[in-house]
Amino acid sequence: MIHSLFLVNASGDIFLEKHWKSVVSRSVCDYFFEALERATEPENVPPVIPTPHHFLINVLRHRIYFVAVIQSEVPPLFVIEFLHRVVDTFQDYFGVCSEAAIKDNVVVVYELLEEMLDNGFPLATESNILKELIKPPTILRTVVNTITGSTNVGEQLPTGQLSVVPWRRTGVKYTNNEAYFDVVEEIDAIIDKSGSTITAEIQGVIDACVKLTGMPDLTLSFMNPRLLDDVSFHPCVRFKRWEAERILSFIPPDGNFRLLSYHVSSQNLVAIPVYVKHNISFREGSSQGRFELTLGPKQTMGKAVESVLVSSQLPRGVLNANLSPSQGTYTFDPVTKLLSWDVGKINPQKLPSLKGSVSLQTGASKPDENPTINIQFKIQQLAISGLKVNRLDMYGEKYKPFKGIKYMTKAGKFQVRT
Amino acid sequence: MTDSKYFTTTKKGEIFELKAELNSDKKEKKKEAVKKVIASMTVGKDVSALFPDVVNCMQTDNLELKKLVYLYLMNYAKSQPDMAIMAVNTFVKDCEDLNPLIRALAVRTMGCIRVDKITEYLCEPLRKCLKDEDPYVRKTAAVCVAKLHDINAQLVEDQGFLDTLKDLISDSNPMVVANAVAALSEIAESHPNSNLLDLNPQTINKLLTALNECTEWGQIFILDCLASYLPRDDRESQSICERVTPRLSHANSAVVLSAVKVLMKFMEMLPKDLDYYGTLLKKLAPPLVTLLSAEPELQYVALRNINLIVQKRPEILKHEMKVFFVKYNDPIYVKLEKLDIMIRLASQANIAQVLAELKEYATEVDVDFVRKAVRAIGRCAIKVEQSAERCVSTLLDLIQTKVNYVVQEAIVVIKDIFRKYPNKYESVIATLCENLDSLDEPEARAAMIWIVGEYAERIDNADELLESFLEGFHDESTQVQLQLLTAIVKLFLKKPTETQELVQQVLSLATQDSDNPDLRDRGYIYWRLLSTDPVAAKEVVLAEKPLISEETDLIEPTLLEELICHIGTLASVYHKPPSAFVEGSRGVQHKRLPPRAGSGESTESPDVGQSGPSEAPPAVIPSQGDLLGDLLNLDLAPPTATVPSVQPSMQMGAMDLLGGGLDSLLGGDIGGSPSVTAMPASLGSAPAVGGGLGDLFDLGGGVGMPTGSYVAPKTVWLLAMKAKGLEISGTFARRGGIIQMDLSLTNKAMSVMTDFAIQFNRNSFGLAPAGPLQVLTPLSPNQTIDVSLPLSTSGPVMKMEPLNNLQVAVKNNIDVFYFSCQYPLSLLFVEDGKMDRQVFLATWKDIPNDNEAQFQIKDIHLNSDVASNKLQGSNIFTIAKRTVEGQDMLYQSVKLTNGIWVLAEMRIQTEPFLLSDLKCTEPRIVYANLLHSQ
Repeated sequence: MIHSLFLVNASGDIFLEKHWKSVVSRSVCDYFFEALERATEPENVPPVIPTPHHFLINVLRHRIYFVAVIQSEVPPLFVIEFLHRVVDTFQDYFGVCSEAAIKDNVVVVYELLEEMLDNGFPLATESNILKELIKPPTILRTVVNTITGSTNVGEQLPTGQLSVVPWRRTGVKYTNNEAYFDVVEEIDAIIDKSGSTITAEIQGVIDACVKLTGMPDLTLSFMNPRLLDDVSFHPCVRFKRWEAERILSFIPPDGNFRLLSYHVSSQNLVAIPVYVKHNISFREGSSQGRFELTLGPKQTMGKAVESVLVSSQLPRGVLNANLSPSQGTYTFDPVTKLLSWDVGKINPQKLPSLKGSVSLQTGASKPDENPTINIQFKIQQLAISGLKVNRLDMYGEKYKPFKGIKYMTKAGKFQVRT
Repeated sequence: MTDSKYFTTTKKGEIFELKAELNSDKKEKKKEAVKKVIASMTVGKDVSALFPDVVNCMQTDNLELKKLVYLYLMNYAKSQPDMAIMAVNTFVKDCEDLNPLIRALAVRTMGCIRVDKITEYLCEPLRKCLKDEDPYVRKTAAVCVAKLHDINAQLVEDQGFLDTLKDLISDSNPMVVANAVAALSEIAESHPNSNLLDLNPQTINKLLTALNECTEWGQIFILDCLASYLPRDDRESQSICERVTPRLSHANSAVVLSAVKVLMKFMEMLPKDLDYYGTLLKKLAPPLVTLLSAEPELQYVALRNINLIVQKRPEILKHEMKVFFVKYNDPIYVKLEKLDIMIRLASQANIAQVLAELKEYATEVDVDFVRKAVRAIGRCAIKVEQSAERCVSTLLDLIQTKVNYVVQEAIVVIKDIFRKYPNKYESVIATLCENLDSLDEPEARAAMIWIVGEYAERIDNADELLESFLEGFHDESTQVQLQLLTAIVKLFLKKPTETQELVQQVLSLATQDSDNPDLRDRGYIYWRLLSTDPVAAKEVVLAEKPLISEETDLIEPTLLEELICHIGTLASVYHKPPSAFVEGSRGVQHKRLPPRAGSGESTESPDVGQSGPSEAPPAVIPSQGDLLGDLLNLDLAPPTATVPSVQPSMQMGAMDLLGGGLDSLLGGDIGGSPSVTAMPASLGSAPAVGGGLGDLFDLGGGVGMPTGSYVAPKTVWLLAMKAKGLEISGTFARRGGIIQMDLSLTNKAMSVMTDFAIQFNRNSFGLAPAGPLQVLTPLSPNQTIDVSLPLSTSGPVMKMEPLNNLQVAVKNNIDVFYFSCQYPLSLLFVEDGKMDRQVFLATWKDIPNDNEAQFQIKDIHLNSDVASNKLQGSNIFTIAKRTVEGQDMLYQSVKLTNGIWVLAEMRIQTEPFLLSDLKCTEPRIVYANLLHSQ
């Protein structure tokens, strides 16, 4: 199982280590540093690195490498999932997961890590349970603790640890009972030169914020559940009920959680909300290239496309760009060759465009590669797959909760080739 | 205020200050001090000097302080074992605490203190905690058993903790079950042969129930454990699959992949015509696709596994090509894996799309990725015949870009395309030749040279082209040199009149000026061939080449099967069996997919035992000595495309072998000489070549007729340095019903040795010398004598470990020396071991299943008759043979010297594991049912 964990910052220093079995020397990270050196980009470090006696499995989050050391045959996904959970927990506890936040809370971090793994076996990874065991630091509590000498470690066995609903603690009380659900869809697509879709798929999630008193039992039904043929559930969802009736029935965890994630595959017809007209051309022997981009809305069901951000990695031979946007602002970084254009909202009457010229190094030959355009956007009030919640009911408790559903579509990896 | 304050200390004696604070009366100050200590510890500072002061803080009601002290203890107890003992009392007391959290914490921490003295005290509290009324304590205690086992395995066994742990599998609480399974799995890993996880339908049922209720991590442990179970029949297999399928919808990707493993393995047992089989196949695709929308590191692991899955069952993902299309900002490790899978999924239906993508990738920035994309285009051409033309034109387009590395890759793959589709695309050669000068990588140069040599008759200036390479011959890499040599010889055979000078030049460069043995040997072979028999030379050098296979990098099927059983593990990421690389997994059992239902084969656990009769495989397959052994073991990997022609590599000692030399080379008249059939002989050392190659090949051809029992080559049993100069090597043989021990005694000392005698220790089959050791003359220094010692089987019997171990004592005038050796079991197979058919049938049925073992013999290319003949040479008699579904089944009997009969069923599988145009079938001999009976 997981032997040790090292946290490494962007400049390659180990700033925290934790061992769950015997101590493994820091020098094991040398193999990681070698791989780091070989990688052209920080993201390109291979996730699994073999060393003579151990395996190093790492994930990069918030510019910190979480490097787990394992010695025996352990499923790598198990380790990676656990590391993700560590990151989520830190973020949950300290608001941000940064080197500074971890150093500021080093003792809590240590207590958390000890609570999350025992002998390399995961122990308590649910944020609900952890928060009962170790209270998250707040300014108020720190002050109170210093005055009263009380502790931020729970004295009681967390109720959830062993119950049939380990994700929910008992005795939850709220004055305002509310349950909000966000249906968020990310669209991943590759569009080719001519504007036709090569592949497009949707990753959707339903995130919930449930603050309900007692032990509520919720059911959520959809207008078109048939869309959801590839789903991953939070453990609270009763799978049999879903199989039989296509209804989500569950006792929710307290607070924020991800109820469901789903995937609408490329085999379904996925609507593409924006289109790009582009003309990027370089001529042999000339040090100038033409650059023209125009964006427009496509299948948006009448909703506005907002927060549009276009970015593109221009070829290495490009020295500078001299462009004028019809709206928004653009920047070009001559070192990284990254062009980014913050468009804002697309007005269907007056399409945003970015036109001008790019200058190449004099004498350099025409670049071989064609830049790919990356687009980010948001559409409020729309789930692009067409998914719609039918109704939400609550059983098991007497009060009437506030309920709310929000929809949103975002660009995931939305790429246009030129 | 934050914890960062703990790092800022005054200059003056940090440790000293902490010590004072730890001993403070104020609780709050104490706690702050311990926190400072922990903070220093996390960044790797040595604060072990504070050990006694920190331990003093342990007896407290404050849970946080207690936890902090425990954290400290775990880290430093090992370096201060004597001090750590001081903590034992508190631990023992805490194990009795009313609060289960404290009981669990105490037992958990104690297990982490890796000090022998403390572990002794741990046993009693642990025993209580394993039976604690609170499941939280029980589940913590279960893990503690694994910890303790890691520190002191013997202690755990002696205390009977393993049995208690096994009982916990039936615990009422699912979390306890999951932790017990996890602990047992970890312990089992260091005890490959122990039957710790003894799975039967009842325990399986309990695990399946717990699966639905435990945490995600517990589910992973349980699923991995389930995967090692072998269901009794297809119905049980189906019912397990049905109960595991919901796990495919879990949010945790590790749970999903473990579930995929279980399903992939148990699916093997389901009949293919079953409706459920089809349903299951359909259910597997979506979760795998979903894994690809996760974070890149998860994607990477998923892709490595999908790579295995599409090789085993391409139908699962055949419609999902698009999800493997590469996004330009994927990390490079994801890109390369996706590309691999795209090629595996490429088919006539989607090839147009795939090619368009690949062409797009070939213009990306990343060099490694671009190269692989170009290579992929070539692989598509070879895999999907209909697309070959389009692929070639795509490659030509890419060559026109003149991007150096693209051109070089393209030429390498075009060579492969030429090999797959000879005489079809030669029109492009002209374009290739234009780029000759830009090639600077050996592989590309070699590929280009091969093309020129292969099509020499169609390239007008082939001689000039090759000559241009010859100028810098010695600076080229071996690969290019070998290729150039072969290409020029080909050219000479095709256009003998114009190229004599060239061929002489290259032959002398290769044979006289080079010190590379491969190159020199190939040069001599060509020289000799050309000088003695130009017709034969033509047949050998210009022989028709076997077509290259469509998929050059498929994983060998038995390895693939094993890897499928390890989906989700490190093994599946590295595509190597776990035994190959994971430290600490001593002798991991090889897992096999279960046999498909209805194949009529028994589903006994297919372990290959480490010792005992089943160790016999090398011995029961008689081969004719080294040479044939080598041939049998020839690597099954399909010939890679870089192999241009037959490559006989032989060592020839002297120049005078060159017979006629240049004169005859030039005067060689074509026709009228006896033709020689080439066969791939991998001869290690040169036999005295008298009559030239013909003899050599005859020699090669002569091997393979069964002539008698197999005798292993002699191995050194006793090293001279261990026996005062006496070196003994030997082997065993069975000749005419008599067992003989063939010994070579060598005197490596300075003085003469005399008075030899030999004695055996008691052994499993009662082997004993039938006479004295006959060394008549004294053995003078540096002399070797060979003796054959006849053996009888009437000596005293004692079971040895391994079974065929023999301990020998040899005496001479200097001293007595001891060594041990192992004899092949086939030594004990007697000549009258042929059982009557009726008796065979009856005996077969009588023998209980427990006495059955099953294993596979790989990489043997024999049909049933040849195999039967060979085995007969070692007194393994075929009683009957029948053919079931195109597979030959042999029923065989063997009798051992002590009257034990061994009955065997051997199935010879001839499934085409590579593509049939290679004529490379893979007959696997399954030696089943090796039985004992009295």
